[in-house]
Amino acid sequence: MTTPPDPDPGRSLRLGRRIVLAVPFLWLLALFLTPFLIVARMSLSDTARALPPYAPHWEGFGRLGEFLAALDLENYALLASDTLYLAAYLSSVRLAAISTILALVVAFPLAYAMARAPRRWQPALLVAVILPFWTSFLIRIYAWIGILRPEGFLDVVVQALGLADAPLGLLNTDAAVVLGMVYSYLPFMVLPIYAALERIDRSLLEAAADLGSPPWKSFWTVTVPLAAPGIVAGCLLVFIPAIGEFVIPDLLGGPDTLMIGKVLWTEFFSNRDWPLSSAVAIVLLAVLLLPLLVFQRALRRGEGAR
Amino acid sequence: MRRFGPFHMAALAAGLAFLYLPILILVVYSFNASRLVTVWGGFSTRWYGALLQNQQLLDAAWLSLKVAFGSATVATVLALLAAVALVRYGRFRGRTLFAGMIGAPLIMPEVVTGLSLLLLFVAIGLDRGFWTVTLAHITLTMCFATVVIQSRLVAFDRSLEEAAQDLGAPPWKAFLTVTLPILTPAVAAAWMLAFTLSLDDLVIASFTTGPSATTLPMRLYSAVRLGVTPEINAASTLLIAFVAIVVVGTSLIAKRDLLRSR
Repeated sequence: MTTPPDPDPGRSLRLGRRIVLAVPFLWLLALFLTPFLIVARMSLSDTARALPPYAPHWEGFGRLGEFLAALDLENYALLASDTLYLAAYLSSVRLAAISTILALVVAFPLAYAMARAPRRWQPALLVAVILPFWTSFLIRIYAWIGILRPEGFLDVVVQALGLADAPLGLLNTDAAVVLGMVYSYLPFMVLPIYAALERIDRSLLEAAADLGSPPWKSFWTVTVPLAAPGIVAGCLLVFIPAIGEFVIPDLLGGPDTLMIGKVLWTEFFSNRDWPLSSAVAIVLLAVLLLPLLVFQRALRRGEGAR
Repeated sequence: MRRFGPFHMAALAAGLAFLYLPILILVVYSFNASRLVTVWGGFSTRWYGALLQNQQLLDAAWLSLKVAFGSATVATVLALLAAVALVRYGRFRGRTLFAGMIGAPLIMPEVVTGLSLLLLFVAIGLDRGFWTVTLAHITLTMCFATVVIQSRLVAFDRSLEEAAQDLGAPPWKAFLTVTLPILTPAVAAAWMLAFTLSLDDLVIASFTTGPSATTLPMRLYSAVRLGVTPEINAASTLLIAFVAIVVVGTSLIAKRDLLRSR
């Protein structure tokens, strides 16, 4: 006698598939989506400089109407009326944009040289660019404090060379923040550009040269357009984390360095205004979505062109 | 066509110098005998000795290692499941939401992630400390780990797994005995990424921890705010050395595997 065949061999398979999907799905629902909804709800609550609970209080579905009616936009109104917040948003975007452009200027020659380097060097060069990314962010910022502070390493070198007499006073300025962001996010810019440049078919450049194009012209008409997706990806990878950055403006910036991540931190930890920090967080996300949507449209257009 | 010339060499040297000089300066000054950070007072390892006496710092380092180890392990398991679902299950209901929840934490500013998780922990009345930081780190790092495993799984040759199933292995067994061993480098890379992200995190830990649990980055941060000291340089040097050994070691192992498989 053989054992009777499983009446539905697909059943245990489907169950297994469900479990595989359900575990990470439920995890993210509970620890990503729910917290996010709590922030959104908190941003509509009444401002109070104390610990929760915040008005309005949840009193069951029977009084849902009253609950919803008590939610309001006063935190957003405050954000719009107080110029500090608007200035902080604009300043974050400005500093992030400057850092992105400078990172591109620094990263492109490096990525270009890496893509041109002998094949057997390339794995080692890749590790060399990635390695700083693995070392602690905080430590890399700390290293710059030691260099930029008054009587720090940079001042000592500059004075020894006779380039300046007085300390440069770079620490605690916006310039130091930009420098710190370029330094910290440089690998994010180098890697996608390198990946794009490395894929370029050399015969295209040879063809351009055969047709009489000088190297500088081939660079602008062949290399740069083909590297464009890498350049765009690198810019986004620098720009997006730079906008919400907290550690760099806090440690390298001065008292008048305004960045929205720092404002959120201060509202939360110093002023203990949770509803207002939640509203700051929601607006910050809205600011971030804008460049992403632009990128997605550009990507779709690029795909359509092919 | 011009190949690798002096211009390329100069660009490489300048770029790498920019990346490594600040770290090098920090490491050199950790061996400075003088307490004045910029005056060279001779070679000394006294700050490393002082480090061993700093119980607060050692406690924080131990806590951070525990959090990083635990959260990276759970995150990698969740990421493996998530990557399998995303790559193998085609279009299931809720896929857009699922993919969105995997992608969103990657671009969400840390201050927002930290704030939202804290509000959740407060709402459900969880005591903040070791466990809340670990839960927060699992949530963040599993998304990064998923991306790493997913990219490897997409390129995976399924005929091997199908062959195992044709020979009578149930799907889960084929996955465990055929697919998983081949995925090991990607899973290891995902675990390492999760581990370093957790070990390095200041912002999310600051939001989600309580008075009982202070992580190493939080300790370093409060020390750094007070100024530059050779002792922090020494602690930083040890951390850098640890990461450098692990990353270079892993890439050498990966290279050896690649050579062997050819």
